[in-house]
Amino acid sequence: MKYVLANTVKYFSLIVACLVTLLPIGVVFMAAFKTKQEFRDTGPFDLPQTFNLDNFVIAFTKGNMVQGFMNTVIILAVAITGTIIIGTMAAYAIDRFRFRGRTLVLAGFLLATLVPAVTTQVATFQVINALDLYNTRAAVMLLFMGTDIVSIYIFVQFMRSIDRSLDEAAVLDGANHMTIYARIIFPLLKPAIATVVIIKGIAIYNEFYIPFLYMPSRDLGVISTSLFRFKGPFGAQWEVISAGVIIVLIPTLLLFLFLQRYIYNGLTSGATK
Amino acid sequence: MATHTDGSAPARVAKKLRKNDIQHNDPSPRRRRRSSGWGWVGTPYLFLLVPVILLLGLTYYPVANMFWYSVTDWDGLAKTKDFVGFDNFVTVFTSPEYFAVFKVSLYYFFASFLQMGIALYFATVLSFNTRFRNFFKGVLFFPYLINGVAIGFIFLYFFRPDGTLDALMGILGLGDHTQHWLGERSIANYSLAATSVWRYTGLNFVLFLGAIQSIPGEIYEAAEIDGANKWHQFRYIIAPSIRPIIGLSFILAISGSLSVFEIPYVMTGGANGTETFVIKTVDTAFKFNKVGQASAMAVVLLAIVLVVTWMQKRLIPDEKVNQS
Repeated sequence: MKYVLANTVKYFSLIVACLVTLLPIGVVFMAAFKTKQEFRDTGPFDLPQTFNLDNFVIAFTKGNMVQGFMNTVIILAVAITGTIIIGTMAAYAIDRFRFRGRTLVLAGFLLATLVPAVTTQVATFQVINALDLYNTRAAVMLLFMGTDIVSIYIFVQFMRSIDRSLDEAAVLDGANHMTIYARIIFPLLKPAIATVVIIKGIAIYNEFYIPFLYMPSRDLGVISTSLFRFKGPFGAQWEVISAGVIIVLIPTLLLFLFLQRYIYNGLTSGATK
Repeated sequence: MATHTDGSAPARVAKKLRKNDIQHNDPSPRRRRRSSGWGWVGTPYLFLLVPVILLLGLTYYPVANMFWYSVTDWDGLAKTKDFVGFDNFVTVFTSPEYFAVFKVSLYYFFASFLQMGIALYFATVLSFNTRFRNFFKGVLFFPYLINGVAIGFIFLYFFRPDGTLDALMGILGLGDHTQHWLGERSIANYSLAATSVWRYTGLNFVLFLGAIQSIPGEIYEAAEIDGANKWHQFRYIIAPSIRPIIGLSFILAISGSLSVFEIPYVMTGGANGTETFVIKTVDTAFKFNKVGQASAMAVVLLAIVLVVTWMQKRLIPDEKVNQS
């Protein structure tokens, strides 16, 4: 009897938690299919009458979402590639060499992880401005690449598990450091690279602050900033805003469904480092 | 699931790297030769050239500048900067307009206790045998992955007059008790903090679940043979073994509640007394062009974060977190 009661409480609480999580998203999903008139006349819990995609078309075209996706993809591709190259090179130097100043470099990277990026933008902004990169994609790409220290750690930790005898064997075969890095270390780092791609990919896709600050131009909107700009022109058109929200959500949902396991591992290791 | 507990916070990584250093620096000269005894001595510097330039240019140089700006009245444009001493810092702590942002962060700080409580409850529940466990886990975690701006809009829709919450209360017969959830000064911060709980509970939950699942199953079996019920199992097995990660989450909640930005910025823009530390800093710097004043605020935030991290290092030794 007691066992049944405990189980009831347990499943009841889980169902309530699911409702609390899914309900706010579900109503937005329904609103996205309603016409303007319909939205005004029905409550949030009423199902849409038709399968109407007009709001999505408006969100994509007038809402600049197409451009937002393109900019996000371009920035993602460049910033992630850069992060991987920079991160693996730094990790290779730190893990495989003993050189003068190594401790200093290491301490430098460590201390930097403590500095929250949001606080330093006041001053970072002046650097980007001085480089004449304000309002360009390059500014955002550079910031995503240059301030990512967590990925360097993921690479260093993983590289430690790669046996040094592989390096030595390559040396005997006449390989230089560049060859060892490119032909041996880099391919073996694939699992760590996958983790970094996932963490970094989700972080860049969701980042709002940096693109908002550095790319105010409408043509340079990314997913987050394009969606944020729905606030003005579509201020009262909740059905269009809802469509925009769903458009942003779908890639995240698909990624989560297909890569669940990697996401749990990757994001939690990223969050606690 | 082993990865999330084997290193937490940079400080922990620091210690590990240092340990590794000692291992490699001291031992036999043979080892030394093996790792760096051949090739051009400049090679590591070449590999580090780009990363270090980026590190210096985008982190250290700005931080150093920030300290310098914080004692000037610079507006971000003028060629000259006038030294004003600690005036900007005095303003942060004495002017009610600036000091109010600290109070706002308290809402988020206390909300994070609620967040940890919910996360801990569901982590415990799901660590026992449960039907559809992966489904529940996925649903609870998913909000953490959602774009912050999208969350802002989802909850603007949720809290707006005649929105989801009001309709829900109508169905439950509470229609007379609806409020201007985001418009009323006394309520707005609660609504925003609740949104923050909705967003971040999933991360805490998965971290706790990982820690609980790393406890070997035999321990529960042994406890059951000894007659321990579920509460005893929680109290004497689960709670002690995840205490370090709870401690860590608690300390991260302090810096987290000071760095809140997206949710209030998207939902209220900082109106109705919901301005947070970061919104205030950004507005001061980029809307009102008071770069000196904003830098002082950023320095204060940086100092708080550094103190909190130091406390975390002192209070929660590495080894304990690693065990969990």
